[in-house]
Amino acid sequence: MILSGVLLYSLVVAPAAVTGKMISLQPVDLAIIIIYFAAVLGIGFYLKGYAKRGEDFFVAGREMTAWVAGLAFISANLGSLELLGWAGNAYQYGILAAHWYWVGAIPAMLFLALIMMPFYYICKTHSVPGYLELRYGHATSGLSAITFAVMTILMSGVNMYAMAVVMQVILGWNIHFSIWASSLTVGIYVAMGGLFSAIFNEVIQFFLIWLGALLIPILGLIQAGGWSGMVAKIHQRFAGQDFTHMWGPMVNPAQNPMGVQWIAIVFGLGAVLSMGYWTTDFLVVQRVIAAKDIRAAKTAPIIGAFFKMAVPFIVILPGLLGRAVLPYHLYPANMATAGQHTYDQVLPLMMARYLGPGLLGLGITALIAGFMSGMAGNISAFATVWTYDLYRPFIKKDATDRHYVAMGRWCTMIGLLVSIAAAYIVTHFGSLMDYVQALFSFFIAPLFGTVIIGMLWKRATKKAGFFGLLAGITTAISIFVLMHGHPERVAWFCFYAGAKSLAQQMWQALWAFVAVIVVSVLVTMVTMPRPENELKGLVMGLTDVPSEGHLPLVKRPVFWAGVCFVVFLILQWIFR
Amino acid sequence: MSEERHMIPVWFFVGILLFIFGILIFVTGLAEWSHPPATELANLHPPVWWGALMIVMGGLFIQFTRPGKKTK
Repeated sequence: MILSGVLLYSLVVAPAAVTGKMISLQPVDLAIIIIYFAAVLGIGFYLKGYAKRGEDFFVAGREMTAWVAGLAFISANLGSLELLGWAGNAYQYGILAAHWYWVGAIPAMLFLALIMMPFYYICKTHSVPGYLELRYGHATSGLSAITFAVMTILMSGVNMYAMAVVMQVILGWNIHFSIWASSLTVGIYVAMGGLFSAIFNEVIQFFLIWLGALLIPILGLIQAGGWSGMVAKIHQRFAGQDFTHMWGPMVNPAQNPMGVQWIAIVFGLGAVLSMGYWTTDFLVVQRVIAAKDIRAAKTAPIIGAFFKMAVPFIVILPGLLGRAVLPYHLYPANMATAGQHTYDQVLPLMMARYLGPGLLGLGITALIAGFMSGMAGNISAFATVWTYDLYRPFIKKDATDRHYVAMGRWCTMIGLLVSIAAAYIVTHFGSLMDYVQALFSFFIAPLFGTVIIGMLWKRATKKAGFFGLLAGITTAISIFVLMHGHPERVAWFCFYAGAKSLAQQMWQALWAFVAVIVVSVLVTMVTMPRPENELKGLVMGLTDVPSEGHLPLVKRPVFWAGVCFVVFLILQWIFR
Repeated sequence: MSEERHMIPVWFFVGILLFIFGILIFVTGLAEWSHPPATELANLHPPVWWGALMIVMGGLFIQFTRPGKKTK
């Protein structure tokens, strides 16, 4: 998830602290990696024959089952930088990091499933900017599409560079080799099979990630003596610090290492930032739009939510176990000296500790697969938004379906080359990475505000959509600029001078969301609403959502959403 | 998924990959049985049972989703 982006900066500026590669691969490990590359290319070639229409190339024919769409939905977010970065956060902050997987994801995913998905699906949009086009018109859609396209490509390049550096640090691989081999493979299979290819590879990646990473917590817990043994070891080695409670230390921001209070977690992260990401970031929403019917579209995010709740087992737990079993301490990137390791290297260190030949190859393949499918997600989403939301409405309106598919294939490769160029620019200007990742966060919360007000309030006008979105983006950028490099101003927006970057992001999102709502309401009051018949299928109260009352309970999405939410609450209680 | 167009289900590809990787890992585990690598808990022979698990999972995916298998 992009929320971790800023933190990953430390992952790639850390190599100075490490001498030589961390892991050596054996022939069997290399064989597994090579077979994986051959398989994804083969699958892309196979799927080329099925991606001839625009509907196939850009939305995978809208024929994905709930399980396929659900696993792709969760995998699009389960990138390798996520795994490495959040395992590092878990080592640094303890189980507090799990907030980003639970309160920072589950309510938003269920909200998407039950409230928002029917509108996305019934209006048959191909993208989130496409929905804005139908709801608010060209201006809002264009603003959203341009920001999304530019940021997606830049983010793809930044991630490409970050991953190449990680491969260099962990395996000693050449940076140029990593960038070109992985990006060309992704470019070829996405250009051939479009969203079909991206989704197929995301499902494969899902299994590789779990099977490649699951052994680490299993073996770690065996060695630590189970959960209670691990907690005892952490308390023994880091006396006086609380790494195993999620809500207790949130009462006072000075009592937790993030410098964040519960209100920012619940409202900034849970109600705005995660809602923005999970319900309006087209990279993940695209997977659900590809579902075969509305029930599958509603069920897919719920399936994803169940697995999302389990992800801390393979991400957060290894970080915590690192505190318990590693015979040395890890350090922040800016404090580590020669021979010392950093927080974000905890996962590869745990891999090297427990995984021998073969298993190590599987683990590394899982990381590569996560990286490649993340890039495929970016590129396929970019191709759709560029072709359908920018090229078609603004450049060439009446071309044939075949023409748009050809454009999609071309812009897949062009987008990839731009990403590679961005990766090389970052190679030379490392600090740009920080800003590019921050840029992406400027648009998430405002976009959510604009989409949700459009879905839930039929009175909201076209101008309200545009000016609300613009006001939200402007607010986010202004707050970022005011706080960046001026720690004395942090308390203006975060109500606590010691708020760290994650806490600042949450408050920034919250204020941007408030700005969208206020400006949208004010502009709506002084502008003419659209006729109701133009809003059918787009807005609550004017859309006929098919009833599920005739279905058995276990086939109703709302039932499984309820089960999921209860499990979520139980987890909060257990780890409070 | 895509049954109307006779597309091979993604689960079949997942099965093939898990099966192949499972065999490679299982055989590696057997080969190093008497001289396990210098990793922690290597005495538990994780590659053997993890490889076996992957072979079984992959085999089940292949069995139930192989091309030509009739569905209801």
